[in-house]
Amino acid sequence: MATHTATDPATNTAPEADTTYGLVAEFDTPEAVIDAANHAREAGYKKMDAYTPFPVTGLDEALGMENTRLGWVVLLMGITGGLAAFAMQYYAQVIHYPLNIGGKPLNSWPNYIIITFECTILFAAFTAGLFMLARNGLPQPYHPIFNTPNFGAATRDHFFLCIEAADANFDMQKTRGFLEGLSPLRVSEVEV
Amino acid sequence: MAVQPRRVRGVQETNRVIAPGQTYGGVDDTVNRPILRNLTRAPRWWFLGFAVGFALLMLWLYTVVTLIIRGTGIFGNNIPVAWAFPIINFVWWIGIGHAGTLISAILLLFRQDWRTSINRFAEAMTLFAVVCAGLGPILHLGRPWLFYWLFPYPNTYGLWPQFRSPLDWDVFAISTYATVSALFWFIGLVPDLATMRDKATHPFPRLFYGSLALGWRGSAKHWQRYQRAYLLLAALSTPLVLSVHSTIAMDFAVAQLPGWNNTIAPPYFVAGAVYAGFAMVLILGIPLRRAFGLENLITKKHLDNCAKVMFATGMIVLYGYVIELFIAWYSGVEYERFMAYNRVFGDYAWAFWALIFCNGLAIQPLWFKAVRQSTAALFLIALVVSVGMWLERYVIVAITLTRDFLPSSWGNYYPTVFDWSLFIGSIGLFLSLWFVFIRLLPSIATSEIKELVHHDMHSSHGTHATNESPLNRTEPEAG
Repeated sequence: MATHTATDPATNTAPEADTTYGLVAEFDTPEAVIDAANHAREAGYKKMDAYTPFPVTGLDEALGMENTRLGWVVLLMGITGGLAAFAMQYYAQVIHYPLNIGGKPLNSWPNYIIITFECTILFAAFTAGLFMLARNGLPQPYHPIFNTPNFGAATRDHFFLCIEAADANFDMQKTRGFLEGLSPLRVSEVEV
Repeated sequence: MAVQPRRVRGVQETNRVIAPGQTYGGVDDTVNRPILRNLTRAPRWWFLGFAVGFALLMLWLYTVVTLIIRGTGIFGNNIPVAWAFPIINFVWWIGIGHAGTLISAILLLFRQDWRTSINRFAEAMTLFAVVCAGLGPILHLGRPWLFYWLFPYPNTYGLWPQFRSPLDWDVFAISTYATVSALFWFIGLVPDLATMRDKATHPFPRLFYGSLALGWRGSAKHWQRYQRAYLLLAALSTPLVLSVHSTIAMDFAVAQLPGWNNTIAPPYFVAGAVYAGFAMVLILGIPLRRAFGLENLITKKHLDNCAKVMFATGMIVLYGYVIELFIAWYSGVEYERFMAYNRVFGDYAWAFWALIFCNGLAIQPLWFKAVRQSTAALFLIALVVSVGMWLERYVIVAITLTRDFLPSSWGNYYPTVFDWSLFIGSIGLFLSLWFVFIRLLPSIATSEIKELVHHDMHSSHGTHATNESPLNRTEPEAG
């Protein structure tokens, strides 16, 4: 998972890594950034990320990212929520405080369906939302990428590709030359 | 698109999902500029609208304080009509909320790209409607401050809520609905808040939007997880929204009263909810697009589609009225037949016939495209529909209770001034929240609109057009 917290300078051999977060190329169309990402992947770069104002279809694959496993976590938590809700109702109505109402069975499970269902949704939905934020490392007030010139445009109409200094193939001169060759609007060196 | 510094005009009415020639930056400017303007320079209509909402909110607060001091005796509720205005308002508000979730979740799953322009404000409407709704039954409790007894929490009495009761199902359904809607809404807002953060120049708005944006930076990996999470939330909200009004319908359907004990109730309530909700979307959306100059993004196509959904669900509701009467007759049950007779010809026949007018007759002009394209006509019809749906709940809740099995326990119901002030005041609560929302947060999901703009450019000419896309076609949104 390409989280940026992994760029611990101590584990890097490249001397630039101490002060440089990476090289960032700026583009003005989503097609250009996908193109650039494809070239960078084919050139052997692994630790890179793109920053775009909206989700660009196919960009994650172009960057060589694996698919997210969020769905499985959500499924698991949904099942947990459902089981927990049913167990709670069973415990309350059958074991802890049995109430005989009209001689009906204590485990009147059809009556428990709605609460079981609601708790399934509650657990699954909160997992989807909060787990996504947690895996993305948000909230995160500071990130080196914000040092990029004109990075405000990344939430507006520009598209950025960053090759991180932590990448094994990263070389200040060569990587810069490589990015320049993708005809970006500009290439900038970004400090940690 | 050339954007004038002050008032964004150059808007055009169109039947496309977005007006031709939109750009990424242009979308931001259209949506965010009025919000980032200094508060003192907010337009006069905003102050006026907020003032009306706030005044009614004060009326609401006055009623709530009176209620807490004097108790539920201030309401017209009696025996047999123990459920009256508070429950009617509850069902009415929660129904209004349903359109927001339908637009944001169900239409997302069906890949309806016209949902994109209206999902943000419709979800906000959902949240505010749920706030108003949830307060209805709580204030009806007698001792509202003990509402938390409805939740299973560890307590020294060793007591549990009654999980077999639909009233407790309600508690779970509404609280899940409220929290999941809020989460869905907030997750959707995060990228747009980041846009606001980067656009704002003043330190205070930067701090405000920056804190809420959680440091969002639009990373491809983040977007990947984000999109998956958003899709999952939509998939989870879809059965949720259908379950919520079904659960509310169970409050009635599980009871044995004639007029309540109907198997048709859950689907019929859900249709009614969507119907009322789309009416409210139109009531809010038509002035919003005009006031903020959003006609390029909330186009006639949106109004037309909302009107179609409203019309279709309205016809389902009308079918529900007819079938209720038919089943009452067909069942051969004396009490059911009397209920139907009483509904149509009894002391409250005026409410039933007003309901038929509002929900049956008033929507018939929607057959015509000219009506669906007219903002004035739609606004008017939507208002009538809102009244009609309130009357529907009045007929179901209050009138059914006035006549049950034993004539000796019959009694009529008359709302008091506090019933009315709590109801009208809750509209004030809604309006206050609404006006704060449209002033502070982007009422259109800009990052999602940019995706549409991208598809629009892409499908029009495969070239890498950045900042212009001269579209002339009329139906690019097919498929």
